[in-house]
Amino acid sequence: MSNIKAFSSLAMVLAMLSTLAGCASSQAPMDYSAFKQSNPKSILVLPPTNQTTEVIAPYGVLANVTVPLAEAGYYVFPVALVNETFKNNGLTVAEDIHAVAPKKLDDIFGADAVLYIDIEEYGTSYAVLSSDTVVVVKARLTDIKTNAILWEGKASAASSEQSGGNGGGIVGMLVEAAVKQIMETAMDTGFQIAAIASNRLLSPEAHNGLLYGPRSPKHGKEKPAK
Amino acid sequence: MDVTKLTMLAALSVAALTGCQATKPLYHYGSYQSNVYEHFKNEDSAVTEEIEALEQTISESSRNKLQVGPGIYAHLGFLYLQSGQRDTGLGYLQKEKQLYPESATFIDFLLKNAKAGQS
Repeated sequence: MSNIKAFSSLAMVLAMLSTLAGCASSQAPMDYSAFKQSNPKSILVLPPTNQTTEVIAPYGVLANVTVPLAEAGYYVFPVALVNETFKNNGLTVAEDIHAVAPKKLDDIFGADAVLYIDIEEYGTSYAVLSSDTVVVVKARLTDIKTNAILWEGKASAASSEQSGGNGGGIVGMLVEAAVKQIMETAMDTGFQIAAIASNRLLSPEAHNGLLYGPRSPKHGKEKPAK
Repeated sequence: MDVTKLTMLAALSVAALTGCQATKPLYHYGSYQSNVYEHFKNEDSAVTEEIEALEQTISESSRNKLQVGPGIYAHLGFLYLQSGQRDTGLGYLQKEKQLYPESATFIDFLLKNAKAGQS
């Protein structure tokens, strides 16, 4: 029994390591010249567009973007107040908000850059033997004055990444699946998985990730010019 | 999800947050993220409790010697305005601007609206 436990911990550690190893991916490097030239200090995150049927998805993502962006060294406009401001101006649909002219956004918010997020997947799929909560987000950062694209990225996270092996055989698996389904709804795993996906999307340490902003001590020190 | 798995999940989020190297955070956020989430989920959420949680977040941040994260003072100011505590609300909006000059245009816009709404 303890062997099995040790094995499942090992499996989780391996899963974590593989996540971290994402930092050293061999994908083609991004061109950061426009980003460096723009050198934004502040980022306005617009309410995300949502391709899923989960109405809660934009909230789960929006509530989780401030921390990674702020820790990356940017000023992040208070997301709830930004949302409120659009609402007061009759804009409640994210697609309409994404279509607002950058000049207009600049007049009201005075941001340097705008982050447009699209949610591709969000939610829990229930199956007999397992349930899995998946969040997939992509984003585009643009200069508010020139509308030039500074950066684009995509990230995903799934609750199944954290599940270890189990030694209960088929009955144990069925019980675990049932318990997990209850847990994932009650504890709002969507919010937690959205936090992980947002952090992966917006971490400057990720491969082809954002550059560090002026409020970070690492600003200007990373990713040599190409 | 047992305790070990929860701990792992937490560790994983921290790892994802800090990326390859563990570094000291720049700011303190306390309950801000879950407050914002609850705020969105239910518009008539208990403003008093949200205010309390964010006030606690602010006092924690001075204890932890970390600056209050961007947006928190403004969000709290807005909540005070909503609950009719106008002076406190305006004060917190000013505080956001003072701490984060990047917010000046937006905060001035909010202050102007708040004043217009009153007079």
